[in-house]
Amino acid sequence: MKHVGRNIVLIIVITLVGLFIAVPRQIPIKLHVGPLNIDQTIERRNLDVKVGSFELKRNFDLLLGLDLVGGSRLVFDIDTTQVEGTNKAQAIESLRLVIERRVNLFGVSEPNIQTTEFEGKNKIIVELPGLTDTKEAVALVGKTAQLSFAKVQDEQTLLPTDLTGADLKNAQVGFDQVTGQPVVQLSFTSQGAEKFANLTAESVGKPLPIILDGQILSAPVVQEKIAGGSAQISGDFSLEEARAITIQLNAGALPLPISLIEERTVGASLGQEAVNKSIKAGAVGLLIVLIFMILLYRKLGVVAGIGLVIFGIITIALYKIIPVVLTLPGITGFLLSVGMAVDSNILIFERYREERAKGASAPYALEIAFGRAWDSIRDANIATLVTCFILANPLDWNFLNTSGPVRGFAITLALGIGVSLFTGVFVSRNLLRFLIKK
Amino acid sequence: MAKEIIEKQFNWMKYRAVYTVISLICITIGLGTLFTSGLKLGVDFSGGAVLEYSFVNDISTEEASQKIQEKDITVSSVQKVQDKTYLFKLQTIAREQEGDISNILKELSKGEVTLNRFDNVGPTIGPELLKKTLYAVVIAAITILLWIAYQFRSIKFGLSATVATIHDALILIGSFALLSKYFGAEADFLFVTAVLTTLSFSVHDTIVVFDRIREIRRKNGGDIKDIANKALSETMRRSIANSLTIIFMLLALIVLGGSSTQWFAVALLIGTISGTYSSPFIAVPLLVTWDEALKRLRK
Repeated sequence: MKHVGRNIVLIIVITLVGLFIAVPRQIPIKLHVGPLNIDQTIERRNLDVKVGSFELKRNFDLLLGLDLVGGSRLVFDIDTTQVEGTNKAQAIESLRLVIERRVNLFGVSEPNIQTTEFEGKNKIIVELPGLTDTKEAVALVGKTAQLSFAKVQDEQTLLPTDLTGADLKNAQVGFDQVTGQPVVQLSFTSQGAEKFANLTAESVGKPLPIILDGQILSAPVVQEKIAGGSAQISGDFSLEEARAITIQLNAGALPLPISLIEERTVGASLGQEAVNKSIKAGAVGLLIVLIFMILLYRKLGVVAGIGLVIFGIITIALYKIIPVVLTLPGITGFLLSVGMAVDSNILIFERYREERAKGASAPYALEIAFGRAWDSIRDANIATLVTCFILANPLDWNFLNTSGPVRGFAITLALGIGVSLFTGVFVSRNLLRFLIKK
Repeated sequence: MAKEIIEKQFNWMKYRAVYTVISLICITIGLGTLFTSGLKLGVDFSGGAVLEYSFVNDISTEEASQKIQEKDITVSSVQKVQDKTYLFKLQTIAREQEGDISNILKELSKGEVTLNRFDNVGPTIGPELLKKTLYAVVIAAITILLWIAYQFRSIKFGLSATVATIHDALILIGSFALLSKYFGAEADFLFVTAVLTTLSFSVHDTIVVFDRIREIRRKNGGDIKDIANKALSETMRRSIANSLTIIFMLLALIVLGGSSTQWFAVALLIGTISGTYSSPFIAVPLLVTWDEALKRLRK
């Protein structure tokens, strides 16, 4: 009882901090009353704390998932029949790195790339927020980009050599000094330069086919031994094609063959519409719940309502702090947790009514109600948290799903339950102690 | 009115047979539909392509599906979702074929087309998802059973609660088969999520009632039937009030929310109603019957 004042202050502080984080970054304020003329935008500054090597940077913007912001999700099957054992794990990891490099070169912000394994079958999931024209992306990610140089044995046969894309230091677009045509300039590693020098020495006067993904890019005739460790591929390609080739070459070859088995793309407008609808549905639902609680429990209902508003503020602030990537099912999880959040209040208020009916004084009935109801609240919510845990699969167990939307739902529902324990029990208890004492 | 019921100590357990019959009828109708007409599966499970296009002009859905079929692509449905916006459900297509379809539709609608959404799922995904889902359900059910058995120091409580959750899952799956048959609802991965959420919600409610039974038994003791009646009377208002708040939220989502989560919200709604019903009318009667049977055996 002694700590009521302190706890109320704590609640107010938490709510204000939460509110600061939860509101949108920019709030335009326009006020025109007589001589008073305010027209400005309040902007929250970004958090940027640096203590030694520890750096914390947050801008507290809501992170929206693919289905809300638009973007695509590609799932590829990885063909691992060629490798085994520890090599397999290594090959998959390097596959992930290569794809990541390719995607980054493509200029997608915050891509998410993960690999999964289920019953010996491996997959790689590539999520590209904001990218809705996936034709190019699929081609870029999926291309094997296997560069090799070959020797010509006779008219029909090409002999592959040990000079491959792995010997490449980097590739860039240049222009032929004579024709002005775009070309791809290669520079080799020291090992590659040596191999290239030997190869050109052997093939003077003969063509040296350059092969990318099984297709001959060009077959220049070698004039003399090239020792400098650099070469250029000129072919009949446009600037875009030359650029695409260099991106692929720089990103390296895929160590394992992959094939596209699932693709999901959501346009940005569809997501925005869904967000607006969800906000409207949430607001209406929340209002009905508030009215219902006040009708049913009068003054107590008002306290529950305050608790619910604080619940909303803290939850949204937590989404931004953690941060939680919000998806459409995630929003459903949040709204469902709003409906569940008042449950602890209802349990307690019902208990309070019973105790009052038995003739207990208000403060006494309140303490009994909170004490008794706590066991039920705890036991019941743990069961829901267990299910959330299985759905969210935070440890990435391979025998369970790692589907983004479902995970989003489970995480928001679990967070909602956690916060509702705080607002439904701690917040409303202290508010009621404060009000009923008076 | 509710207050009088509490004071009179309504004899809930007297109507045990009625509850069982109601549940059996619902489950039989639902599962009957499931086994005769099946459940329409979404692309998550069945594989296939879903494309949503917006056009400048409205188009004829028949003509569109005919033109697409001519390209050797099986069309399962073309649906108008909004003004000038259509949803195409097709077999799984090759990446390049999307361009063909765009071109056909450009011609038909006499203008530019916008691809709002494109889901293309190969046939290999479904079986894997199904297995993972099954694992999730089994793990959830066992964990919940053990948790309750541990909390109440009795396997009786755990099993009764588990039977109630299975009841809810069956009701939800059966109802969805009906919705699937008459309104074209599709079971996708979100539906599975709804089933799992229902499991947890059902247990949530059951624990509250069981908790009250345990408390009354400790304090007053007495016949299990009387204890159950008292516990049900005392928790009924809470149970209904809590379900109503969740139902309000879900109804708002169904009426006002986006189309992609509408069936998800409907499934959650069915689960909530069934979960509320099953705690007092399935789990508790089962517990009482079990307890009585044990006593009779001992005599």
